[in-house]
Amino acid sequence: MQDVIAEGRHHNLDRDRFLGRLALMHRIRAFEEEAIAAQKDGLVLGAIHPSIGQEAVAAGVCANLEPADLMLSTHRGHGHTLAKGADPLAMMRELFGRAGGTCGGKGGSMHIADFGVGMLGANGVVGANIPIAAGAAHAQKLQGSRQITVCIFGDGAVNRGPFLEGLNWARVFDLPVLFVCEDNGFSATTRTREMTGGEGAAARAESLGLEAQEVDGNDVVAVDAAARAAIDAIRAGQGPRFLTCHTYRMTGHTAVDPATYRPAQEVDEWRGNCPIARLEVALRLAGESDARLSALQAQESGAMAAIAQAARDTGWPEATGAFTDVQDIGDPRERAF
Amino acid sequence: MAVMTYLEAGRRAVIEEMQRDTSVWALGEDLGRGGVFGQYKGLQEMFGADRIADTPISEACIMGAAVGAAMTGTRPIVEMRFSDFALCAVDELVNQAAKARFMFGGQMRVPMVVREPVGMWRSSAAQHSQSLESWYTHIPGLVVVAPATPADNLGLLKSAIRNDDPVVYLEHKNLWPLEGEIPEQEHLVPLGKADLAHAGGDVTMVTWSGMRHGCLRVAEQLAAEGIGVEVIDLRTLWPWDRDTVFASVERTGRLLVVHEAVAVSGFGAEIAASVAEALHHRLKAPVRRLGAPRIPIAYAPPMEDQARVSDDSIAAAVRGMLEPAAVS
Ligand SMILES: Cc1ncc(C[n+]2csc(CCOP(=O)(O)OP(=O)(O)O)c2C)c(N)n1
Ligand SMILES: [Mg+2]
Repeated sequence: MQDVIAEGRHHNLDRDRFLGRLALMHRIRAFEEEAIAAQKDGLVLGAIHPSIGQEAVAAGVCANLEPADLMLSTHRGHGHTLAKGADPLAMMRELFGRAGGTCGGKGGSMHIADFGVGMLGANGVVGANIPIAAGAAHAQKLQGSRQITVCIFGDGAVNRGPFLEGLNWARVFDLPVLFVCEDNGFSATTRTREMTGGEGAAARAESLGLEAQEVDGNDVVAVDAAARAAIDAIRAGQGPRFLTCHTYRMTGHTAVDPATYRPAQEVDEWRGNCPIARLEVALRLAGESDARLSALQAQESGAMAAIAQAARDTGWPEATGAFTDVQDIGDPRERAF
Repeated sequence: MAVMTYLEAGRRAVIEEMQRDTSVWALGEDLGRGGVFGQYKGLQEMFGADRIADTPISEACIMGAAVGAAMTGTRPIVEMRFSDFALCAVDELVNQAAKARFMFGGQMRVPMVVREPVGMWRSSAAQHSQSLESWYTHIPGLVVVAPATPADNLGLLKSAIRNDDPVVYLEHKNLWPLEGEIPEQEHLVPLGKADLAHAGGDVTMVTWSGMRHGCLRVAEQLAAEGIGVEVIDLRTLWPWDRDTVFASVERTGRLLVVHEAVAVSGFGAEIAASVAEALHHRLKAPVRRLGAPRIPIAYAPPMEDQARVSDDSIAAAVRGMLEPAAVS
C-alpha cells in the first residue's frame, strides 16, 4: 500500500531538482567519509561530528535558500555548510588545519563559517546559535531585506534556555527565521527522549506561537517540500516557522565514538533507511537509469578524493596568524610584562 | 602505593566519597555512560541513576539545581564537561552559589563541587580549550582548586567534596592519561596547601595545573647547569598558600609565576603583586609572569602553539632573572 503511494508520487518527481539534491547528498557523504578516513591518518586534528545518514536535512532545507539568505549551524555542520554553497576544498583544509581553510585554520570543523555564502557559523556551544539567528533575522527585518535566516540545531539543544528565549524573541518581533530541529534521537551518548519532557521540540515551538511541522528527515522529497513551504511563507512576511526533521546519525557522536550505547540492530534498521538510497529508489521509479545514478555518485566521490588529496598537499598556515583578527586596539601579543 | 592515572584518581575520589557519605551525588550530561572522558565509568551501575544523574543539556539548570540541592541537605558534584560550557551557567554559580551563604546571613551553606575540565588539548580550538581560573579566584565565596597529579586529584577532590562551600574544581584535560603513584589507603590533601614539587635556591617558580610539568622539566634541566629552581605547585588557587610562596621567595629573592591562562589579568598577577607588596625589600630581580598572549586559542597547530608557554620560554625567563642586568 505504502509502496503504491510512494510510486504514485515518484512519477511526478521533479527529476532535475532531485538529481541536484542527490548530487549534493553524495557530496556531503563523500566529504565526511574522506574526513573520517583522514582523521584515522592523523590529518584531521580536532573532533569531527559526522552527519552521515542525516544528509536529507541539509539537502532538503539549505538547497531551498537563496545565496543571500543566512544559515546558522551546529558542531555537526559539514552537510549544512556544503549545502549552503561553501567550498569543500576550503572546508577540508580547515579540518586539516591548513592554509586556505574556510577560517584560515583558526576554527576547525566545529567553527566553520563562510560569510561569503551566508553561512554564519557552526558552533561549539549547543543552542548558542539560536539567539544569534534571532538577531540575524532581526537585522534582516530592520534592514527591510527580503532575505531570511535558517537556524539548524539538534534535538539536544531544545533543553537549553536559549531555545526558549530565541523562539519567543522571533515570535515577539515577528522575524523572518526558520528554526530546524535536526532530531537524530541522540544528545551525545544520551537518548534525548529520556531527557525531554512533554511532546518535544515542535510542541514547544507551537506553545510559543510558531507554526510547526514534523517530517521524515530521511525523505529528502518530504523535507524539501516542507522547507520550501515554510521558507516561502516566511519570505512572504508571515513570521517565524519551525520544522522538525526526524533522522538518525549512522556514526558515533564523533568520528571516534564507537557508539556502544545503542543496539547494532537499531543501527542496521536505519541503515536500510538511508536517505541517499531512498532518493535513488525514487529516481529510478521516476525513470532515471542506474547508469546515470551511479555516474553521479562516482563523479562526486572522485571529486572529493581529489579535494582531500589537495588538502593533504597544502601547507600549514603562518604561525603569526595566531595574532591577527583578535581586535583592533590593544596588542594581542601582550603577555603582561 | 599503586599506579593510577589522573582520570582514574578522580573517579576513585568520587567513589570513596559517595560510599562514605550518602548525601553526595553527581549530575551532568552523559554521566550514565561514564561522562565524556570516562571519569564516571561504571558509577551509575554502582550507585544508581538517582545518585549518578543524567541530565538534559541544560547547564544553567544543572548548576542552579545543584545550588538548590546543596542548600537543602545534599552534596552535589556538578559535571560541566568542558569548563567552556560552565559559561552557560555563570549566573547560577557567581550570583547564586557563591553569594547565598553570605546574603542570607549564614543560614545555610552551599556545599557543591563544580568539576570543569580546562586547558589546551590539541586542536580543540577557541571554545574547548580555555583556562579561566582567574575569573573564579575573583569571586568572593568560591574555593578554586586545580590539581596537577593523580595523587592530588584524588586527595583534593575528596577534600573538595567534604568542603562546605562551593568549590570550582579545574581538572586539566591533557592530564587525564598521566600516571602517578597513589597511596592505597585513604588520601586527603588539604585545601589551601601548596606542594613544594622541586627544591632550589635561586628562583622561586609558582605554577599549577598542566604547567607544573613544564616547570619541573625546566627545573631538572637547569639543575644540571647548577641553577636552583624551587617549583611550587599551588594546587589550590583560592585560598592560595602565601606562607609557602613567601618563605621560598625570602630564600631565593626571585619570583617567576607560570600559568597556561592568558597572562593579562591572570592569577599570576595576584601572586606577583602580593610578593611585590610584601617582599619588595627581599627581591633581587623584578617579579616575572609567564602566560599565554591575549589571543583566543586557534585550531591549527602552528597557531595553537603560539598560545603555549614553552619550556624554552620558561628557561629563558629564569636565566634572564639571574643575569646581573636584571638586578637594578
Ligand atoms: C552548552 C553545551 N553543552 C554541552 C556541550 C557538549 N556537547 C556537544 S554536542 C552535544 C550533544 C548535542 O546533541 P544535539 O543537540 O541533539 O546535536 P547532535 O550532536 O545530535 O547533532 C553535547 C552535549 C556543548 N557543546 N555545549
Ligand atoms: Mg541529536
